[in-house]
Amino acid sequence: MYNIMGEGIIPKRIKVANQARCIGCYSCMLACARTYYDTVSLKNSAIDIQTKGGIEEGFVSIVCHACIDPPCSRACPTGALTVRKGGGVVLHKDLCEGCSYCVDACLIGAIHMDAYGKAVVCKHCGVCASYCPRDVLELRKVGENGEEIMDIN
Amino acid sequence: MSDTVINSTSNVVYIDLTNETSKLVQRPDMFDRYIGGTGVATQLLDEGFREDKDALDPEAPIVLSIGPFSGIYPCCTKAVAMFRSPLNGELGESYAGGRIATAMRFAGYDSIVITGKAKRPVYLSLHDGNITFKDATSIWGLSSTVDVGKILRDAEPHPGRRSIIRIGPAGEKGVKYANVNVDTYRHFGRLGLGAVFGSKNLKAIVLSGDEELQIADKKDYNKQYKQLYYKVVNTDLMEKYHDLGTTVNVNVLNEINALPTRNFQQTYFECAENISGENLGDNYLIRKLSCAGCPIGCIHIAMLKKLFSNSHDVEVSDIPYDYELVYALGTNLGLTEPEDVLELIDSCERQGVDIISMGVVLAWATEMSMKEKISTDETMGVTLKWGDLNNFLHAVDLITKSPNEFYSALAEGVAVASEKYGGQDFAMQLGRLEIPGYHTGLGNVVGLTTGVRHSHHDNAGYSADQKAFKSGLSDEEIIDQLIAEDDVRGVLNSLVICLFARKVYTPDAIVDALKPLGIEKSEEELDRIGTEIFMKKYELKQKFGFDLDNVKLPKRFFETVSTNGIIDKERVENALEIYKNKRGF
Repeated sequence: MYNIMGEGIIPKRIKVANQARCIGCYSCMLACARTYYDTVSLKNSAIDIQTKGGIEEGFVSIVCHACIDPPCSRACPTGALTVRKGGGVVLHKDLCEGCSYCVDACLIGAIHMDAYGKAVVCKHCGVCASYCPRDVLELRKVGENGEEIMDIN
Repeated sequence: MSDTVINSTSNVVYIDLTNETSKLVQRPDMFDRYIGGTGVATQLLDEGFREDKDALDPEAPIVLSIGPFSGIYPCCTKAVAMFRSPLNGELGESYAGGRIATAMRFAGYDSIVITGKAKRPVYLSLHDGNITFKDATSIWGLSSTVDVGKILRDAEPHPGRRSIIRIGPAGEKGVKYANVNVDTYRHFGRLGLGAVFGSKNLKAIVLSGDEELQIADKKDYNKQYKQLYYKVVNTDLMEKYHDLGTTVNVNVLNEINALPTRNFQQTYFECAENISGENLGDNYLIRKLSCAGCPIGCIHIAMLKKLFSNSHDVEVSDIPYDYELVYALGTNLGLTEPEDVLELIDSCERQGVDIISMGVVLAWATEMSMKEKISTDETMGVTLKWGDLNNFLHAVDLITKSPNEFYSALAEGVAVASEKYGGQDFAMQLGRLEIPGYHTGLGNVVGLTTGVRHSHHDNAGYSADQKAFKSGLSDEEIIDQLIAEDDVRGVLNSLVICLFARKVYTPDAIVDALKPLGIEKSEEELDRIGTEIFMKKYELKQKFGFDLDNVKLPKRFFETVSTNGIIDKERVENALEIYKNKRGF
């Protein structure tokens, strides 16, 4: 339905493009959690909207930065996080044993564990961007090594 | 199945401040019958009613409720507070957005009932099902409501997901129209919930939860969500709230002689353009914010920059603004400069008072002062006159401090103050609640008089008047419209949606959106429940001593030209009779 990777498809990644436009509506979080879980929640979202210094000071979006050499993948002892074409990782849920090493390895705090002991990490599918009313988030085309591909029309 | 999945949407938590105890009870039958939100809260308030106990008695309950749509569908971001109002002694009902509805949803509380009185100031900390009573003595007496949030933000867990609701100095001191600040920019504004908090020694509630909610038919839910979301974002149904926000009404209402000016002496303000939504939006707006779960972003924040020396020293504050604030502290006090209006808003925000009530109280006091019915002996040297910011700032401060009989009377509201000092003809209240910023005609006066909480949000009389102005409606048709709105809003406020999204949540859309949640209700059934909730509220109002026959209509309503011309008093009295007959009162 969204940007699920397949052969011959140009990889994409989520980019926090216009953070200052964020109004803190959490539509992205609800969309992410709704898409990948059978429940409604904020907690199961792979993107996290937080305040920095309270609501008076605006918001930050914490989401996978699509590392080319992801430390979370290196930290995973079971091979549950493999390197994704275009940056970031692919989670193999059946292999995830809930050790949380990936959580510690991610400096920006983009991974957390769900209530079932599985890592919650961005798939770069773009459903969050499709529910962002202010274009804070964009799904961008990238090359295999994560370099951005400019659309020139 | 994880133990963090919420398995009931009828959770009522009873919190007793006197004994520092709490109890969680599931009330599925009550939620089925009254939907949630205001329907359920009315029932819970009624259950807590005790004969001969006034609004500030420790046993008087505060009820907070959300509904089946809260945190689940777009724009369903409000919680309702119900209580006995210390301002008019009867039904207290107020709504707030911010993050409170989402926080209650994911904490797993559908209703919170608070009774008792803490021995010393406390705040409640509710996280993931744990309730703790925490000492608030060190934040009691802080001069600003905003600062309370800043302190609790660092003292409490779960940033980004929580709601911090608190009172300011006005609530502590028992100003009868003190509000409860919700997440800095939203409020339980009307009818004095802040004074009820204060009377219970309850300074604040910090609320968060990280649970997840099971949906009966998830696939259909996703479909309904998507349809509603795109109706909100991709149609013009809510554009006015997103663009200039409610202040778009300043110019609109001015053009149709509906904009109350200098205590309703006029309905046209010659300087309206200067404090209009357009000017504020073009030159002062710095940010828009949303309530959690709403993609509109209707919360408009202005920047007020003030020089405080000749060496380019500046103080900057961010101030939320809305139409009612610009009316109450702007046009109705004759303030012409945006900076002045913003500064007065800021001062009221710090004190934690309902700005509509404060504006009406100040406007009455100013007219009294200019007519020399009160002197500077009463005002303690403050010379109230139209357009004079500094004296208004002093007055706001003195009302909270209540150092003499006059300011104590002002802290009781305009009905009490005018009973003591005169000027009842121009004390702009209905049902002993200071009125909002419309003088559109008969529909508004009758709507505010008969509304369950005497609010323009009860039945939108101003809207019926605008229809009457454009296309002509008979008085009976206006009454029919008020009654229909009374009832339908009982349902909307039970679900609970934000009323700004009422055009999105049409009856058929509501029926469809309820289905995936496992709630089957037909449009007819919802209509019936709406009427039942209205009637239940009126029963409760009567228990509190309200009598529609005793409502006093200030003369000023019939002296100042409205959108639909001068309103004839007899016509209003006649319309009230029609209303009563149709309601079977």
